[in-house]
Amino acid sequence: MSHPSRSKAYRPPSRLEDYPTGTVFPAGHLVETSSGWRSKRPVIDTERCINCLVCWLLCPEGVIRKSPDGRLEIDYDYCKGCGICARECHPGVILMKQEGA
Amino acid sequence: MAGMNMFLSGNEAVAAAVRLARPQVIAAYPITPQTTVIERLAEMVEDGSLASEYLHVESEHSALSACIGASAVGARTFTASSSQGLLYMAECMHYASGGRFPIVMMNANRSVALPWNIYGDQRDSLSLLDSGWIQAYAEDAQEAFDMLIQAFAVAEHPLVLTPAMVNLDGFALTHTYELVNVPDPSDVDAFLPRFTTANRMDPEHPVSLGFTAGPQHNQAFKQLQHLAMLASGQVIREAEERFGQRFGRSYPGLVETYRCEDAERVIVTLGSVAGTVRPVVDRLRSTGERVGLLRIRYMRPFPDGELRAALAGATSVGVLEKDISFGYEGTVFTNVNSAFARSGASPRNLLNFIGGLGGKDITPTDIENLFARLAAPEGLETVTFI
Repeated sequence: MSHPSRSKAYRPPSRLEDYPTGTVFPAGHLVETSSGWRSKRPVIDTERCINCLVCWLLCPEGVIRKSPDGRLEIDYDYCKGCGICARECHPGVILMKQEGA
Repeated sequence: MAGMNMFLSGNEAVAAAVRLARPQVIAAYPITPQTTVIERLAEMVEDGSLASEYLHVESEHSALSACIGASAVGARTFTASSSQGLLYMAECMHYASGGRFPIVMMNANRSVALPWNIYGDQRDSLSLLDSGWIQAYAEDAQEAFDMLIQAFAVAEHPLVLTPAMVNLDGFALTHTYELVNVPDPSDVDAFLPRFTTANRMDPEHPVSLGFTAGPQHNQAFKQLQHLAMLASGQVIREAEERFGQRFGRSYPGLVETYRCEDAERVIVTLGSVAGTVRPVVDRLRSTGERVGLLRIRYMRPFPDGELRAALAGATSVGVLEKDISFGYEGTVFTNVNSAFARSGASPRNLLNFIGGLGGKDITPTDIENLFARLAAPEGLETVTFI
């Protein structure tokens, strides 16, 4: 596996009785995403991307991943929208798009 | 009654109880007046009469942290402290209760500096009432012994899984000697089987322990702690019932009442000073005065229902405590007052007597004076230092 992952099928508890007794749960549960921190989201134009991996290297959250087919993808659950990838992208194919627009 | 009667100090009674409870791990740091508890335990581990891992740590913070780690692999654990040491544990106390680790602690109630003082009052434990631990207060060495054994059973109960603190008044109880019945180990083993829990590290079933829970989920864990503490009241009563059947010593639940049935004036207190109040009640009763004593045995869970029921007929209630929340009133009084407020039926007079701070003696004459004040409470301040 090229990157850490968690079970996307997992749904956090919504009822009190679904919580564990104490802080004990299988790993990856109860994780908090940070997508709500974002005002703008980076979007990669994968057709024009030259796969130089500068964004992958510089992303401070490590949320840009190499998918099995070689394209880059962004884990929007954890991307905080800092914009470093867009600023550093040499061919300028990462655009910051307003959230909720 | 099986077992053996031994002449023990309060602290030695605690150590004897801990030996029979067989904790797999003990981590503690010495502090007066708790020290002899852990000295006796260290001797027991050394001479082989207690098969326990005794961890030498450099502070109380580390002592409780070590207990949390041991509890996290499913071990039965014990620690003990007092005063400044207990306060140094405070951070870890929230960790232990939040992680639902059923650690049992003995606390020797002692004043908190400054002025520096090693004698008994209850400001140390009462200042940590909100840390999520069950809090029991013993009156004598036998009760301390029995509470310790029961504390493991209650704390480790699946509906509770909450750490428990058993409090003994420094010196007045920790260092005075009494005849204590120490049961046979096999009887204690039957009462208190080996601790098992799913809340632990296990390579066969890996889990994440002690994790973060952000704003969306954190409160649910706190609400569950609250519900478990509420549930512990019934578990304590059941443990006492089971204990009484096996060992022949019965306990009355979260409060003990003494001659309260038709009492007009009642002193509510906790810990060893109840032993001073009881003979004064007898003396005043012999002259026809309708007075009584209510001893709070557990501050958490708080016995609000029991307290209201026992004091329903009283017109004047005085809460005597070795604690003060500066600028307001004693914490025990706050809790008692709240219990009455919940029912909307408070006694006509409800007073708070602060005494015994830094080990200041509370004499039978003081108690007589308190009952006299309760007979003529008009014009008295709610809070008075005696």
